[in-house]
Amino acid sequence: MATQHSRSAARAMMAPAVVLLLGWMLIPLGMTLYFSFKKYLPLRGGDLGWVGFENYERFVSSSAFWPSVQATLIIVGGVLAITVTLGILFALLLDQPMWGQGVVRILVIAPFFVMPTVSALVWKNMFMDPNNGLFAHLWRFFGADPVVWLTEAPLFSIVLIVSWQWLPFATLILLTAIQSLDGEQLEAAEMDGAPTIKRFWYIILPHLSRAITIVILIQTIFLLSIFAEIFVTTGGAFGTKTLTYLIYQRVLESQNVGLGSAGGVYAIILANIVAIFLMRIVGKNLDA
Amino acid sequence: MARAVTTRRKTINTALAWAIGLLIFFPILWTILTSFKTEGQAIADPPIFFFFDWTLENYAIVQERSNYMRFLWNSVIIAIGSTLLGVAIAIPAAWSMAFVPSKRTKDILLWMLSTKMLPAVGVLYPIYLIFIELGLLDSRAGLVIVLMLINLPIIVWMLYTYFKEIPGEILEAARMDGASLRSEILYVLTPMAIPGIASTVLLNVILAWNEAFWTLNLTAVNAAPLTAFIASYSSPEGLFYAKLSAASTMAIAPILILGWFSQKQLVRGLTFGAVK
Repeated sequence: MATQHSRSAARAMMAPAVVLLLGWMLIPLGMTLYFSFKKYLPLRGGDLGWVGFENYERFVSSSAFWPSVQATLIIVGGVLAITVTLGILFALLLDQPMWGQGVVRILVIAPFFVMPTVSALVWKNMFMDPNNGLFAHLWRFFGADPVVWLTEAPLFSIVLIVSWQWLPFATLILLTAIQSLDGEQLEAAEMDGAPTIKRFWYIILPHLSRAITIVILIQTIFLLSIFAEIFVTTGGAFGTKTLTYLIYQRVLESQNVGLGSAGGVYAIILANIVAIFLMRIVGKNLDA
Repeated sequence: MARAVTTRRKTINTALAWAIGLLIFFPILWTILTSFKTEGQAIADPPIFFFFDWTLENYAIVQERSNYMRFLWNSVIIAIGSTLLGVAIAIPAAWSMAFVPSKRTKDILLWMLSTKMLPAVGVLYPIYLIFIELGLLDSRAGLVIVLMLINLPIIVWMLYTYFKEIPGEILEAARMDGASLRSEILYVLTPMAIPGIASTVLLNVILAWNEAFWTLNLTAVNAAPLTAFIASYSSPEGLFYAKLSAASTMAIAPILILGWFSQKQLVRGLTFGAVK
């Protein structure tokens, strides 16, 4: 039985974490909201007064806005499609009996531990470089003209790099979920003569649906804010300017804080829509 | 009963899985191999895989040219500092939520998680401004604080799920025997929770080590960690593949090794206990 004493002690012990996170959330958020209603140019006159919703209107009506939404959707959608599909296939494969399973697992997971700036630069230079990259060597070997990946297929290139980073995450989580599947059910289906495809479709996939949802939601939150991969490869050129990158440029490069803050508020709202779904699932899990 | 599997099927599985595993791992392997080549061998066409003159000169050049050790030291301090600080703040909070739950515990946990969803770019300028005002820009202390705050929700969550697995009766017994709150935590709970705490530390050191938004935007020279060190290679001069590879290998090697130990915790930590 928790006593009155331990209750108040518990509250006191929670306080530092709660207060810190509250401050971390409310202070910058409040400032972003405040700036978003101002014309604020730190290098050109500073605070130039209240402008109502002008920044919000200008942010969405600027010529860079829709292309950035498009780039964001292509990158997030492309990476999700690749990582979830391949993740399911790899997880199914890794769950099979084989020799050296532990080592294969380690090989597949490794990219997740590579820092984003390293993976982006290694891919950019050592694989995608049109003169000396491995892909160029390979293309020439087959008599084809090397592709200038980051200018000719910039979004595809970034999707490839980011997918490589996130495939381990999807595979690992889906593998964990598959391993919790009741083997007897599958065996029964097998004995009843259910073909592999049907066993996958009616037993494995439904069992995985929750894990797949979690992978999609968590990845979406991280993918919406990828930064370093674009920063060191294209720097936002060639149509790879995502919403995150556009806001970064508005705020730090062109020092238009009001406009960037309005964009930031849009990004926060977008992330929260995704987050609500994630929290529902996680919350349900807490009750169980 | 284990399913009977023919040797033939097992062989096919093995071959396929190894092929895929090696393909995925290849960029890392290639980077490590290239780091031991000369610049000329690094861009040779056709590519040389193993039969080149192994050399360590790139590592020496990278260290000499850009003072790798300083970046490494910054990474170590920032990753370990932010994690330990976070764990110190999170242990009491996770303890009280796991063992003295109230009606609001669930809401507080979910709310903490929601702060993790805040897109960094949305609060970039405020943080930047606060850092300038407080003189924290390009300081290790500033990064330790920011990375501690962005990882605090994950730390609390992981510790909470680990603490939850400790049977409450043991704590009851300690309390009956007259243990104070402090000794209950120090002598009863902590020893049992050490594996969970270690896992939490491991995963969060990795996350902090690889964090590449705040570390790029809030540092210039003094506090720049390895993420920024590598980013400085984004504008190449002349032949630099072997040097880039040496720098990259040095930046990822410590964390690759740590990472291999933390596979299991990765799932729990990054799904907030939703997949175990």
